[in-house]
Amino acid sequence: MKKTHLQALQKAYVCLLFSFLYVPIAVMIVFSFNESKSRTLFTGFTLKWYKSLLQNDMILDALALSLFVAFIAATVATVLGVMASIGISGMNKRLQGAINTVSYMPVVNPEIITGVSLMLLFVVYVNFAHWFNTSESIPAFLQILPENIFGIGTLLIAHITFCLPYVIFNVTPKLRQMDVRLYEAALDLGCNPKQAFFKVVLPEIMPAILSAFLISLTYSIDDFIISYFSCGTLQTLPIAIYSMTRKKVSPEINALSTVMFVVILAIILVTNYMEGRSYRKTREKS
Amino acid sequence: MIRKKSLSAPYLVWMVLFIAAPLAIVVYYALTDKSGNFTLENLMTIGRYSSVFARSLILAAIATVICLVLSFPVSYFLSRLRASKQKIMLMLVMLPMWMNFLLRTYAWMSLLENNGIINRLLGLIGLGPFQMINTSGAVVLGMVYNFLPYMILPLYTAMTKIDDSIIEAAQDLGAGTIKTLLRVLLPLSAPGIATGITMVFVPSVSTFIISRMLGGGANLLIGDLIELQFLGNSYNYNLGSAMSLVLMVIVLLCMSFTNGFDDEDMEGVV
Amino acid sequence: MNKIVSLKNIVVGFDDEPVLNGLSLDIHDKEFVTFLGPSGCGKTTTLRVIGGFVQPKSGNVFFNGQDITNFPPYKREVNTVFQKYALFPHLNVYENVAFGLRLKKMDEREIRSRVSEMLEVVGLKGFERRSTTNLSGGQQQRVAIARGLVNHPKVLLLDEPLGALDLKLRKEMQLELKRLQQAMDITFIYVTHDQEEALTMSDTIVIMKDGNIQQIGGPIDIYNEPENAFVASFIGESNIIDGIMLRDFSVEFAGNAFTCVDKGFAHNELVQVVIRPEDIQVVPAIRGQLTGVVKDVIFKGVHYEMHVEQAGYEWIIHSTQASEPGELIGMCIGPDEIHIMRRSEG
Repeated sequence: MKKTHLQALQKAYVCLLFSFLYVPIAVMIVFSFNESKSRTLFTGFTLKWYKSLLQNDMILDALALSLFVAFIAATVATVLGVMASIGISGMNKRLQGAINTVSYMPVVNPEIITGVSLMLLFVVYVNFAHWFNTSESIPAFLQILPENIFGIGTLLIAHITFCLPYVIFNVTPKLRQMDVRLYEAALDLGCNPKQAFFKVVLPEIMPAILSAFLISLTYSIDDFIISYFSCGTLQTLPIAIYSMTRKKVSPEINALSTVMFVVILAIILVTNYMEGRSYRKTREKS
Repeated sequence: MIRKKSLSAPYLVWMVLFIAAPLAIVVYYALTDKSGNFTLENLMTIGRYSSVFARSLILAAIATVICLVLSFPVSYFLSRLRASKQKIMLMLVMLPMWMNFLLRTYAWMSLLENNGIINRLLGLIGLGPFQMINTSGAVVLGMVYNFLPYMILPLYTAMTKIDDSIIEAAQDLGAGTIKTLLRVLLPLSAPGIATGITMVFVPSVSTFIISRMLGGGANLLIGDLIELQFLGNSYNYNLGSAMSLVLMVIVLLCMSFTNGFDDEDMEGVV
Repeated sequence: MNKIVSLKNIVVGFDDEPVLNGLSLDIHDKEFVTFLGPSGCGKTTTLRVIGGFVQPKSGNVFFNGQDITNFPPYKREVNTVFQKYALFPHLNVYENVAFGLRLKKMDEREIRSRVSEMLEVVGLKGFERRSTTNLSGGQQQRVAIARGLVNHPKVLLLDEPLGALDLKLRKEMQLELKRLQQAMDITFIYVTHDQEEALTMSDTIVIMKDGNIQQIGGPIDIYNEPENAFVASFIGESNIIDGIMLRDFSVEFAGNAFTCVDKGFAHNELVQVVIRPEDIQVVPAIRGQLTGVVKDVIFKGVHYEMHVEQAGYEWIIHSTQASEPGELIGMCIGPDEIHIMRRSEG
């Protein structure tokens, strides 16, 4: 008797917490179909906000930029990070510790600090470039340092920088866990070190590399704070969203949220389904 | 295994240029004035903003405690479910996190406004309207809402490692519900609590979006101050750097405090 | 028989801690050679030196007369069966076995016939498409052996390959390995810390301790004629007791003079005497060369193990007949059962 009461209480509590998590999202979805611009009164059903969203060049450009930056940043970070992990795993413990401490900085530090510090670096560079290009003691043909750097370049540098630690901290443990004898077995069977890496080590750490790439991709697409300090006048999707929320009027933002929610939900469901299937498949085999 | 240390060279160069150097520049700016002379002036000036710092710390601490209290029972329930159910529930916890947090915060704006949905619903039963948006309560709500999953996940991870038999053993040995909670459950989930506290406190104490969107102009936090020095109207990199430095110290103190419990748990969560 | 592998003055150290101290050893072709010793004796390191995974600080490795000290593993005509097998988890059974042949750019048909032939030899026919991760320990073991043997190495190195298997499977695999070695007609170099395994399978046993070789010989020689106390105690149970060589064919220990078959020692030289527990005959007290009191009796299945106290020394005796604890018994030791060793230090 007492136990069932407790269970009911548990259920009620979990439901309450989940409604806390989902009510705001539900409200946005409902109001994305609202006829009027009101954010509080539902006056009638419409799809016009979706239509105008599709015609909103600012948002579409921002989306394209976000995807582009995310893809480049995740790729570069993954390649650099995997190389780094392999190199670091060959070092002694002391050196590894020192490198890990610095690598952890962007993870541990508040994002605003990472953003601000990178912005300062770029500012310092701009100041230097300006001095260099205008100094009389430097030959004119050398005075070609770019000064207007805030834009795609700085954005990419920032994104690669905050993605790198996630790659390293995903791949390094996998390398450490890997049985060294697998590598030795490959050598034993006739692989040279390069072949052994590509035929045995790489397939072995591939899941970690893949998940590092995906994590980088999502962090990059989602990032607002660090981009905010390094993008100059460019707008990534989160920055475009920010400027829309400042205006406080357009219901397009609700439509955008709904679209994003549905896309994310679809991705999660699909990956889950695939995982479940491959899991069942391996079980059937055995 | 593959002793090619040189492979890490590109990353090490990147690390020095874009992780270490920027932080060094922050320290340099914090300790110099506009013409580059050494000064402690910036750090002294921060004293004027002590109320903002205090507000940030207090609001972040309140949000962290609320998150902990809300998460603890729910994480425990989740960890006791059947494996297949656990997976689904976990997904439900994480799903809102995948939405851009600006959009999530924006959603609360329309809920909390003076003529927003909540006030309208309250009006139907003859209550209110209440001033909810632009209060420090709204800021705390925003923090809790945005960072709650960061508390649930590590707590849940720690609790899944607690076997049912351990709890049964405690009860077998005569511990009641409260004693089981205090003597067994709490100590065993300490690593998760520590990780959760850091993962909620650090973004809360440094946020500037939540306070701007939900707190109006009246509830400036450290993050807002820093942003104002770099991109806002104040434009004082030196002062902004000094503030960043102080914020970093606060975060490091918080981390070293929680790291005392456990330092290997980050790997699983990140 | 020619020497297939020769080690000359091999020195290996990790972090300044010596592991092998100038080890020299010849291994004859087509033999089953076992490196036997307690953990940390350097047996695995010696194997890894031959495989090319450990570079000696000094010394040379010869293979068929050729100096291969500086050859990387992939240029050596040896293959290894690793501890815990090291099967590639991302490849199925067939691809694991075919791995080495693929690297040799062998014709696909040839690969197929050699792999299936090999899988048949190790009794895994029909397992080609199975993932290695859902095989039992014994099956994984067979895949690992097939993966090495399919390349037709001149020497197969096996690093404690049976360590992870249960007792019954171990016994089966021991016989099977011996059969495989004879069928393939190549050299097996086998590392183990299990003396029974070594005695069962080997043509030659190399007993090691602290990076040095203690004795090399056939199983019977090593069992019957241990060269020092360490070998004696490591190979089977032994009674090891200090003695004095009175003259040729006569030794004194435990307060009594015995006839033995050893000679060539100095007059009154201090020696150690090894007597196997099963070589002591239990007789009525009055007829014994020595008399002692039975302290306890343990039933061991085939025999009883008795601990007998005699003049402060505790003898271990294996006998098919049990005596009563507290009983006074006599012990007889024939000349052939007394093994004399020079006194080793420590």
